[in-house]
Amino acid sequence: MAARDRKTEPRKIDRRTAMTEMARGAGVVCLGGFSLAALVQASGAADARALRPPGARPEDEFLASCVRCGLCVQACPYDTLSLAEWGEEAPVGTPFFTPREEPCYMCRDVPCARACPTGALDSGIAIREAEMGVAVLVGHEDCLNYKGMNCSICVRVCPIRGDAITLEPGEIDGRKIMIPTVHSGSCTGCGTCEKHCVTGHASIRVLPRDLGLGGAGRNRAGRAT
Amino acid sequence: MTGRGIVLGLVSANRRLSVEARGLLRSHKWWLLRRASQVSLLGLFTLGPLFGIWLVRGNFAASDIYGMVTLADPYILLQGLVGGTSPAWPVVTGAIIIALAYLVLGGRVYCGWVCPVNVVTDTAYWLREKVGLTRDRKLDRRARFAILAATLLASFITGTVAWEFVNPVSLLQRAFISGIGFGWAIIAAVFLLDLFVARRAWCSHLCPVGAFYGLIGRGSLVRVSAANRTACTDCGACFAICPEPHVIVPALKGKDSPVILSGDCQNCGNCIDSCPVDVFQMSHRFAEDVRKHPDRRTHVGS
Repeated sequence: MAARDRKTEPRKIDRRTAMTEMARGAGVVCLGGFSLAALVQASGAADARALRPPGARPEDEFLASCVRCGLCVQACPYDTLSLAEWGEEAPVGTPFFTPREEPCYMCRDVPCARACPTGALDSGIAIREAEMGVAVLVGHEDCLNYKGMNCSICVRVCPIRGDAITLEPGEIDGRKIMIPTVHSGSCTGCGTCEKHCVTGHASIRVLPRDLGLGGAGRNRAGRAT
Repeated sequence: MTGRGIVLGLVSANRRLSVEARGLLRSHKWWLLRRASQVSLLGLFTLGPLFGIWLVRGNFAASDIYGMVTLADPYILLQGLVGGTSPAWPVVTGAIIIALAYLVLGGRVYCGWVCPVNVVTDTAYWLREKVGLTRDRKLDRRARFAILAATLLASFITGTVAWEFVNPVSLLQRAFISGIGFGWAIIAAVFLLDLFVARRAWCSHLCPVGAFYGLIGRGSLVRVSAANRTACTDCGACFAICPEPHVIVPALKGKDSPVILSGDCQNCGNCIDSCPVDVFQMSHRFAEDVRKHPDRRTHVGS
């Protein structure tokens, strides 16, 4: 058996040419690598409307571990998830859902995360611990409860009602109102509230947690005194 | 009669001698088998989403075979590893199984027998020949290794599975299983590249997926052999139809082993199909030993 390398290079290559060729090869690799890296940086961020399945690692780790196989998508019994097509809200091929279309129904056994072969989704996640996002009441001017009505649909449909979202009494122009109030410690970001919000463009929406939550401490960019 | 005339008109000129000598079926045997393999593998993955028949789940990137074993693409995993992930076990064992399988079958069997882009580029090549587009902008076939290295560099820089942001192979197989969106433009670009710019541009010069599997294939067991090379009539059909013609030269025209040992060979069988005098056959990499038994049919000349 001929185990020897079969690269037939009959002509002799002097050291100078070899060095030039190596430098050229390295240059071409850098050209391609930096171009692709630039493209990935430009298109790599998921739109805030695209939510990851429960148990997803932080986005930067997720994009290195997810192989875009769609096993989570096919495991979902409600067709909530889909793999991003070119031009959709998430980086192409990655799983996401948009709650206004179909929320996460918070299966107890979390079949999507269990199906993940890569660890991009934590297969041991308890669904109540999931942090797909956080519901935020963004449309104060349109929310019916703020107008003094007793819509409260977001509270009534919440699978963790009483914990994740409650009605808190408030007052606007001397009128008593009941304000839907999200408690981020319990809200998983399943999006059932957003799905069922009666206003034309949902007044309560699930946002990625870093976008939807304030933070304690001082604004480092704020005034010195 | 006219039906047969139309069929013969569609046959590539590179197979014509073989069709005359051995008939339509035998000159397309391996081509038919490859297409059947490509269609049925992809079809298996669409049975679930389309008809609710879940024999297999997932797609070519990673899959669950009848709930028993996980398979995974080693190239995608490699990018993830370079990108800094610490993967779970199923994807690791799955990638090892696939790598071992291609080590036996021939690395670029992925290209010729599995990859759906191969159908696109083969069609482009066939059309290129039919309409007489012979002008060829010669590309360096080592470019794919530079691109392979570049995808790993980009994965390292960005901490992502970088090639999956553009990979036409992944886009096209997902097109049938889950959807492609505007990604059709990428597939069209590959088709047009192969049709108008350069002969076999994508699969044989640029694609890093093929380059990766080609590296695995350098040690693979199943190989094509020019076992009957003394019968060669120098008609040139195999060189014209082969996606990697350089792999044939040492086996067919050399003095050593008649086995095609280059990792670039796809084991596609185009040479077997197109040869009018049965020079080639499916064999394995150790088949050169048959030289020691000159009574066999597979002796080599001088």
